[in-house]
Amino acid sequence: MSAQEENAKRYWRANLRLLAGCLLVWFLISFGGGILFADPLNRFQLGAYPLGFWFATQGSIYGFVALIFFYAWRMRAIDRRYGVHDGEER
Amino acid sequence: MELQTLTYLVVGASFALYIGIALWTRASSTGEFYVAGAGVHPVANGMATAADWMSAASFISMAGLIAFLGYDGSVYLMGWTGGYVLLALLLAPYLRKFGRFTVPEFIGDRFYSKTARLVAVICLIVASITYVIGQMKGVGVAFGRFLEVDYEIGVLVGMAIVFIYAVLGGMKGITYTQIAQYCVLIFAYTVPAIFISLNLTDQPLPQLGLGATMADGSGVALLHKLDQVVKDLGFEAFTAQKGSTLNLFLLTASLMIGTAGLPHVIVRFFTVPKVSDARVSAGWALVFIALLYTTAPGVGAMARLNLVETLQPGPVGSTDGNLSYAERPQWFRNWETTGLLAFEDKNGDGRIQYYNDENPAFAAQAQAYGWAGNEMVKVDRDIMVLANPEIAGLPNWVIALVAAGGLAAALSTAAGLLLAISSAISHDLLKGMLRPSISEQRELLAGRLAMAGAIALAGYLGMNPPGFAAQTVALAFGLAAASLFPALMLGIFSKRVNRSGAVAGMLSGLLATLLYIFWFKGWLFIPGTEMRPNEPQYWLLGISPEAFGAVGAALNFTVALAVSRLTPPPPVEIQALVEDIRVPRARGGA
Repeated sequence: MSAQEENAKRYWRANLRLLAGCLLVWFLISFGGGILFADPLNRFQLGAYPLGFWFATQGSIYGFVALIFFYAWRMRAIDRRYGVHDGEER
Repeated sequence: MELQTLTYLVVGASFALYIGIALWTRASSTGEFYVAGAGVHPVANGMATAADWMSAASFISMAGLIAFLGYDGSVYLMGWTGGYVLLALLLAPYLRKFGRFTVPEFIGDRFYSKTARLVAVICLIVASITYVIGQMKGVGVAFGRFLEVDYEIGVLVGMAIVFIYAVLGGMKGITYTQIAQYCVLIFAYTVPAIFISLNLTDQPLPQLGLGATMADGSGVALLHKLDQVVKDLGFEAFTAQKGSTLNLFLLTASLMIGTAGLPHVIVRFFTVPKVSDARVSAGWALVFIALLYTTAPGVGAMARLNLVETLQPGPVGSTDGNLSYAERPQWFRNWETTGLLAFEDKNGDGRIQYYNDENPAFAAQAQAYGWAGNEMVKVDRDIMVLANPEIAGLPNWVIALVAAGGLAAALSTAAGLLLAISSAISHDLLKGMLRPSISEQRELLAGRLAMAGAIALAGYLGMNPPGFAAQTVALAFGLAAASLFPALMLGIFSKRVNRSGAVAGMLSGLLATLLYIFWFKGWLFIPGTEMRPNEPQYWLLGISPEAFGAVGAALNFTVALAVSRLTPPPPVEIQALVEDIRVPRARGGA
């Protein structure tokens, strides 16, 4: 296997690791906080929001936005580290 | 100024803006027509995506759904935003790297199969056409209510506006008008919401107002108060869960996967210059969508509270606790004339009793009060957003703005869908299959003709909506979730999935989902042909037809992987293609 192929393989593995982490958070804040664990979470309050209800109607959406920007930011770093960035600088 | 004149002015000004943009952004090549020459700034594309995505349903119907479903309505909030995470992380950057014009084109190339491309085209056209009918209906209703012109004329005017900028400008014209339409619709949605939130809670932001205490000095939290007043009338508490957990889970999953698989949204990410732009642009799209989606629960909850308190100003059960029909407010009269709000004095006392008469325990108590059934025989959910400014007593220019906002939401989504349909016809069917040797100029002409044809068809269906128009959301999302999303994802993340696997997977996901939807809603939605009533006790494990798309997607994944394992791997050049789309930098650039 050439060095370039080896590099591509490692780059892809780094991407998959990051993806797995992000998707886990994605699952926890929506399906977890908003649906599966909504009942026990509703015993806690955020302002007057029951916490599970807050995840379902507000928190999950803020989390989704943060996740996408986090992924884009980390991927840019990974792109640079493996020299496959699509920006102007070479 | 008179409301009527003001509405004409505001709506007219917004239309003049869209046409001005159309003249400024004409498309001169197929690249500009299909993907705006891949030169759209990621933030601008995010804004256009938000307008493209947020339809008449998001603008008009969603808050109304939440008002009456309460907590259970949050599946739409999570489902229609969480899909963007899947899109940004799993699809958009790779499809942008692939760098062509349409979604079926990727499926056809990656699975080296015209059959796969054809299946994708069919899914795309069915999903997009069913979706566009709803937009045309939204345009007709908005014109009918606010400008008091005939429904048909409303649809015709809407068609004419879309025709001008979509046929002339293609994706380029659509993108820049969508940016203007986003500004109109978000302003129109949030301004009344802020006024209402201030009225009820002293909190300007509805996102915080929903979790704040009432401004009436009682010290009671708004959500607690809402729970209490609806429970007093025999309804379920607003924050309580009503449906089964499995169904809520699968419905959310289906809406998310469906969102990520809808071609008219995916294709928006073909318009940015680079792969890294596609990732960031999806984040901006969700920021602009979240502005409306996090406002919607506040709008829904506050509208419900205002409605109940208007109809039941005094204690439940006291003789003068209910609003007297003769003293009903002006907005009540306005909406009665549209038939979306209807009252029937069942016990003949001249007062309005609005309560849940299907709750046996409460019905007995209601009888003791001398009530003879719920007298608000019709409260259409859609009026919640449209009537909101009137209920809150806001100035006329705000009401005029809501009309322009509803139209912007419907027109921007319709344009995006029509572009997806016309490019599937001119690029995938004509150029890809029937006449591969066609010149660029003729393909551009074909694209414009297909667009004109699609607008005419959508207008016709908008004026004569088939009986199943209300059922189509399940169909559009079911098709996208069960057939397109898994094929796209596997095409990127597996080098092993081949032509036979992809086609078998798409067909099995598609057929299983169609079968399940038709089983409960009638074959091709023809009334009377359903095999079982569409009620929870007949559903498989309590899964509603709307929630079945996630099951179809799981089936698609399973079949595609299993069949691919039993058949030879894809050719070497296809594996190289997959390697290439996984890396942002163009080949040879290292």
